[in-house]
Amino acid sequence: MKAITFKRHLVESFRSLKRNGWMSVAAFSAVTVTLLLVGALLSVIMNVNKIASDIENDVQVRVLIDHGTSPQQREALKKKLSRLDNVQSIKFSSKKQELKNVVGSYGNDFKLFAGDDNPLNDVYIVKAKKPAQTIAVAKEARTMKNVYAAKYGGTSAKKLFKVVAGVQKWGTAISLLLLFVAVFLISNTIKITILSRRNEIAIMRLVGATNSFIRWPFILEGAWTGLFGALLPIIVVDIGYVWIHGLLSASLASTNYRLLSPGVFLIQIDILMILIGIIIGAIGSGVSMRKFLKI
Amino acid sequence: MIEFKRVFKEYDNKITAANDFNITIKQGEFVYVVGPSGAGKSTFIKMMYREEKPTSGQIKINKFELGKIRDRDVPFLRREVGVVFQDFKLLPKLTVFENVAYALQVIEKAPAEVKARVERVLNLVGLADKADTFPDELSGGEQQRIAIARAIANKPQILIADEPTGNLDPRTANDIIKIIERINKQGTTIVMATHNSAIVNKYKHRVIEIDDGRVIRDQKRGGYKDESNNL
Repeated sequence: MKAITFKRHLVESFRSLKRNGWMSVAAFSAVTVTLLLVGALLSVIMNVNKIASDIENDVQVRVLIDHGTSPQQREALKKKLSRLDNVQSIKFSSKKQELKNVVGSYGNDFKLFAGDDNPLNDVYIVKAKKPAQTIAVAKEARTMKNVYAAKYGGTSAKKLFKVVAGVQKWGTAISLLLLFVAVFLISNTIKITILSRRNEIAIMRLVGATNSFIRWPFILEGAWTGLFGALLPIIVVDIGYVWIHGLLSASLASTNYRLLSPGVFLIQIDILMILIGIIIGAIGSGVSMRKFLKI
Repeated sequence: MIEFKRVFKEYDNKITAANDFNITIKQGEFVYVVGPSGAGKSTFIKMMYREEKPTSGQIKINKFELGKIRDRDVPFLRREVGVVFQDFKLLPKLTVFENVAYALQVIEKAPAEVKARVERVLNLVGLADKADTFPDELSGGEQQRIAIARAIANKPQILIADEPTGNLDPRTANDIIKIIERINKQGTTIVMATHNSAIVNKYKHRVIEIDDGRVIRDQKRGGYKDESNNL
């Protein structure tokens, strides 16, 4: 395409946005509502992913050793554990050490249990090579001699994984559905603006304009609609995320889990929303054009 | 050059608008297509710029074989065929200059060339002084002259006119024909569908008469008596 033609298309697309006034506003709104929801959903999905990976990396199997196990038996158990597939490392933590951890977390009241009263077990902290193998390692450890119990990374890990998978699946499905609806809404809105310009298109065809020449201004118009429609969602999602991040970070401070920090993450989300806006706008417009270009 | 060979056209409602058309029009000819309303004149005209496809038969417009032409090549056919309509089909929001320039911008001509050509054709139709006005500020005759200017801006070899004087009073119609004659003198083939017997009889050219989807007369320098006018 010649530069002069592209320039014409650009000017024409802007002119058309202006000329179609309220119809353009309707199309913007369709994009805005969709992108608001998609932006919020994306933020949730990406943070759930982040926390999921935090949990996954955090997951380790705590193998509790029976009371009264001799040091030799303990060594034998360690060897057995190390022979398991998928085991990356094994760390020993005595019951004394364990009590210290408890006191550290829950307070000095637990100091009462120091010495012989300590009801805790000695523990092997076993790390699996891959997060998904944690459960298998725990199961096998449970069958071994001198093992009182084998627990993995927060007992709720399994449940959490389910929740994470659910959020990912449904979030993606809802996002896709929303995008589909947006394309439909935009293409319908643009279709109405095109209807009012049927005559113009007919004349363009009559004087020998190629289909792509006719289509370009409309596709650009759709892209602008998407771009401008993305602005409000960007502002809302950015401000909202910073606020929610501030709120939740305080309560997550005591855990190993962190939300994605706003800086780079928000830039990514913003770019993504702009791209989605532009693409659905252009596609919506292109789709609604087809009917009018049949010869 | 325009060539119709054994062309049939039947619409979905079973109406036969073209029944075995065999017509050859040489470059530079001026041809009137006459006949009553619904006879098939418009179908004949529309098939020339591929607005309608024939049911069977061959149509050749210059180097284009319309039976074989792909959809995406149709725009290139239309650049060689200028078309003028009874209802002018001007864009109301564009000025006279822009309306004519439009046809050239669409085929990606350089701005300097667009300007030069628009000025030239506006001069030819005698409306150079109206370049900055809008179509609805002009009379019907003036609007038709703009439409003609637009149709010839791209120097097509063929100019097709579908009832170009249908909406005009006799004097204005006369002016329009004079312009079309002038264009013809410059070597452009003219195919003009019309009811206007006064014009056909005054400016004598070849006459093709169509009735009920058939060519019933093809006469060099013929006349025409429009019976529908006498009803």
